[in-house]
Amino acid sequence: MGNHPREQFDNPVVEWVDSRLPIFTILNKEYGVFPTPKNFNYFWNFGAIAMFMLVTMIVTGIILAMHYTANVNLAFDSVERIMRDVNGGWLLRYIHMNGASFFFIAVYIHIFRGMYYGSYKRPRELLWILGMVIFLLMMATAFIGYVLPWGQMSYWGATVITNLFSAIPYVGEHIVTLMWGGFAVDNPTLTRFFALHYLLPFVIFAVVFLHIWALHVTGSNNPLGIDVKGPQDTIPFNPYYTMKDFFGLIVFVMIYCMFIFYMPDALGHSDNYIPANPLSTPAHIVPEWYFLPFYAMLRAITFNMNVYMLAGLALLAVVLVEFVWRHKPKYLNAPIGFLIFAAGGALALFGFLADMNQDWEIPMSAAEVAPVPAKLGGVLTMFGSIAMLFIMPWLDTHPIRSARFRPLYKATFLLLFVLFVALGYIGSQPADANVAGIPLSVFGLALTGYYFGFFLVILPLLSRFEKGRKLPLSIHEAVLAKKQQFQGVSA
Amino acid sequence: MKARHLIPVLAIAVGAILPLAPASANSGGAEPLVHQDWSFDGPFGTYDKASLQRGLKIYREVCAGCHSLKRVYFRNLEGIGYNEEQIKAIASQYTVQDGPNDEGEMFDRPAKPSDYIPSPFPNDNAAKSANNGALPPDLSLITKAREDGANYVFSLLTGFEAAPHGVEMSETQHWNKYFPGHKISMPPPLSPGQVSYADDGSPETLEQYAKDISHFLTWAADPYMEERKRTGVKVILFLLVFAGIMLGLKKKTWADLH
Amino acid sequence: MSAGANIQNGQHDDGETRRGFMQMLAGAFGAVGLGAFLVPAVNSLNPAKDTLALSTVEVDLSDVPVGGSKTVMWQGKPIFIRHRTAEEITEAEDVDVQTLTDKQTDESRVEKPEWLVVVGVCTHLGCIPQGQKTTDNHGEFGGWFCSCHGSQYDTSGRIRKGPAPKNLAVPPYKFVNDTTIKIG
Repeated sequence: MGNHPREQFDNPVVEWVDSRLPIFTILNKEYGVFPTPKNFNYFWNFGAIAMFMLVTMIVTGIILAMHYTANVNLAFDSVERIMRDVNGGWLLRYIHMNGASFFFIAVYIHIFRGMYYGSYKRPRELLWILGMVIFLLMMATAFIGYVLPWGQMSYWGATVITNLFSAIPYVGEHIVTLMWGGFAVDNPTLTRFFALHYLLPFVIFAVVFLHIWALHVTGSNNPLGIDVKGPQDTIPFNPYYTMKDFFGLIVFVMIYCMFIFYMPDALGHSDNYIPANPLSTPAHIVPEWYFLPFYAMLRAITFNMNVYMLAGLALLAVVLVEFVWRHKPKYLNAPIGFLIFAAGGALALFGFLADMNQDWEIPMSAAEVAPVPAKLGGVLTMFGSIAMLFIMPWLDTHPIRSARFRPLYKATFLLLFVLFVALGYIGSQPADANVAGIPLSVFGLALTGYYFGFFLVILPLLSRFEKGRKLPLSIHEAVLAKKQQFQGVSA
Repeated sequence: MKARHLIPVLAIAVGAILPLAPASANSGGAEPLVHQDWSFDGPFGTYDKASLQRGLKIYREVCAGCHSLKRVYFRNLEGIGYNEEQIKAIASQYTVQDGPNDEGEMFDRPAKPSDYIPSPFPNDNAAKSANNGALPPDLSLITKAREDGANYVFSLLTGFEAAPHGVEMSETQHWNKYFPGHKISMPPPLSPGQVSYADDGSPETLEQYAKDISHFLTWAADPYMEERKRTGVKVILFLLVFAGIMLGLKKKTWADLH
Repeated sequence: MSAGANIQNGQHDDGETRRGFMQMLAGAFGAVGLGAFLVPAVNSLNPAKDTLALSTVEVDLSDVPVGGSKTVMWQGKPIFIRHRTAEEITEAEDVDVQTLTDKQTDESRVEKPEWLVVVGVCTHLGCIPQGQKTTDNHGEFGGWFCSCHGSQYDTSGRIRKGPAPKNLAVPPYKFVNDTTIKIG
C-alpha cells in the first residue's frame, strides 16, 4: 500500500499525517480526482444516499439503544418512554423507524438501477454479489429490529418468520428452537435479537467497504453501459458528483422528513402499538412493506409438490438446460426435446391436479408423503427469488449492458418491476382476499411464475437472440451529440 | 419527452400508484368509518385545548370506570392546558399505593403530578373478571393502535344500534356497526346529557362527547404532535432553501464542462 | 480538491468567486443541518422528563429520635438526615470557621439547628461516608468518616481532615411543617 506515489499537501498538518499514513492521498484518489463517467443520471445518486441512510441508522440506533431495555416485560414500555419522556426521543425514534423504510427505498432504487443499466455484468459480478449480500444483511437487520418494540406485529412477525425455518426437513424444528432459545418467541429471543440488531449494521458497514472497493477497481457503469475509453469520457468525482450527490441527497432527505414529521406512522402498522400478547394473533398480520413482494411469493405456494410434480419439473429443467441455457444442445435433438418438454409439463400438471383433488386418491399423491410440502415449497420459492438476483450475472450474458439499447430486455424488465410491485400489493392483502372471485394467491402464483421465468428463461433467451440497438462509439460522443441536439432545439 | 423515456416513466408511475389502491380488506364486515374534521388534521393542525379538557372530563367520569390510561402521567396534563396548581389539584383527588415504608408496609397516599393516572383494575385478570371476561384495552395508545384512530373511536362510540333481526347475541354483547365483527362487549358508554359541560356551555350531545374523547385520546397517544409539526415546518423550509443552493451550486459546477 | 477544480479551467474569475461564495453557503447550511440533528440527539442523553419529575421527595421526620439518623434517596443519591443532640449542635457552632478547609458556619448549613440535612456523598471521589448508624465509625469529629480515603466530617458535615476539598453538600429543602421536609 505504501509504495504508491504520494502527492504533496500545502497544509502542514495534513502533510504530516499523510506522509506517515497516506489517508488523504487515498481519499483524494478515490473521492477527489477519481475518474467517473461524465454521463451519470440522477439514478446514480442512490448509492451515496444509501450510505447516508446507513450512517443515520447507526447513529440514531446507538442513541436509542442507550434508552431501550431488551426484556419482554419492559421493552414496550421503554420504547414508549423514549416517545414520551426522553428529550427529543420521539424524533430519534421516528427518524430510526422511517429510516428503515427510506434505507430500503434507496437500496431498491439502487438495485433496480443496476438491473436496468446492466451494472451486474462483467466485470462487475462480484460488486453486484457484494451488494446482494448487503441487501440480505439489511433484510435480516430490519426484521430483527422490528421485533424490538415488542408490539403485536413484532411478536407475531418474529413467530411467523422464525417458523419459516421449521420447513427445513429433519433439522427445521431444532433450528427454530435454537433461534428462539425456548419453545416460543420469548425473552431469550428478544435479548439475542437485540444483540444481533446492534451487531449486523457494522457487518453491513464492512461489506459496504468491500462493495466500494470493488467498485473502485472496475470503475462505475453508466447509463449507456459502454466502457470508458479514455480521459475524455470521465470527469473527476469531486466536485462534479459530490455536488450532484449532495443535491440529490437533500431532495431525498426532504421527502424522508415529510414522513418523519407529518406521517411518522404511515409506513408502520397500527397493531404494533398494542403490546405483544402471546395469546392472541392479530386478524391480519403483514410484514413491513419492503418484504411484501417476497412474502407474496412465499404465500403463492399453496400446493404440495408430490413425486409427479417434482419428476415433471425435473424433466422441464432438463429442457431448460439443454435448449435454453446451452447455446447448442449437446445431448438431445429438437424432437426428443419437445417430447421431454411435453411429458414434463403433463406430469407436473398431473401432479398439481392430484394434489388439489385429494379425493381422487391417486397413489403417492397424499399431502403427507409429498417430498416438498407447501410450507417448504413457499420457503424455497422465497429464498429462491433472492438467489435469482445473486446468479443474475450468469443468467444474462448479453454483451450489451444498458437496457437503452435492448428493447426486449427493457420491456420484460419493466414488466418485472411492475409485477414486483403488484406482488407487494398482493402480499399486503389478507390471505383470503380475492378479486372477482379468484383468490389473490392465484395471481400471486402467476406473478411468481413470471418472476422466475424472467430470470431462468427470458434472460438466457434474450442473451442469445436479442439483437439490440447500435451502441454509441464513446460516452464523450454520446454526450456531445445530446448537447448538440439540445442546442439545435433551442436555436 | 421522447417515447423511449415514456415507458420507464409509465412503469414507475404504475408501480408507485398501485400500492395506494384502496385495500379491499374485509374487516369482519364493518362499515367505513365516519370522518370528522379534526383541528389536529393537516400539516399545521393543533389540538383544541377546550376539547381536550372536556375529553379528560369524559374519560374521568365515564371511561375510567373500566379503561386504564396507564401511560399518561398527571404532569402530562400540562399539555392540555392545565397549570401546575390545577394538575396538583386533579392528582390529589386520586389515591395511589406507595411503599413499602420503613415498616415494610404498602400504604395509600394522594397522587402527585409525577404519578401515572391510576388504573381502575390492579391487573388484566381483575379487569377481565369484572367485565364478563372481556378486557377493556388501555386507552393511552388507542388512536395509534387502530387504523385511522380518532375517527375509529368516534365512529365506535356513535355506532351502537339494535342488532339486526335473526342475529344471535349473548347477554353481554352489543351491536356496533363499526366494530370488526359487530359484536362488542362494551355497552354503549355515552348518552346525551350524561356529562355536564356547564363550564363552557358546549352541547351535551352524544356526538360532542364522542368528538371530545376522541380528541383527548389522540392527544394521549401523540402528545408531541404539535411540536412535531412545528419542527417539521422549519426543517422542510430549511431543506428547501438548502436544496435550492445545492442545485445552483451543482449547475454552476457543471456549467464549465465542455 | 484543487486537482478537481483545475481540470478545465476555462471560466473567468467572476464565476469562480460566486461559486466560492455558494460553496461556503452550502457548507454553512450543511453544518447547521448537522448541528440541528446532533443537538437533540445529544440532548436526549440528559435526564428524561420522568427522571426530572421525581426530583423532589418529602420526608417524615417524626420517627427520628434525638441523636438518631435517617437516610433517604434523592436523585439517586443518599441524603443523610441527623437529629442532632444539644452537644452536637454546640460542638458544631463552636468551631472557629477560619480554621476550616471549607469555611462555612453551622448556621448557614441548617434550617433548624436540631436537623442537619446533607447529601451523603464524599466530596473527594463520591464514596458514601460511614456514620449513619450508631455502631459506625464517626471519625475524630463525631460526624462521618469516609473509609475510601480517610476524609473526616464533623457534626455539621464539614470536612475537617483528609483529602476531601469541600463540606458535604446541603441539598435544597424546606420544612413543610414541623416534622416534614421537602427535598428538591
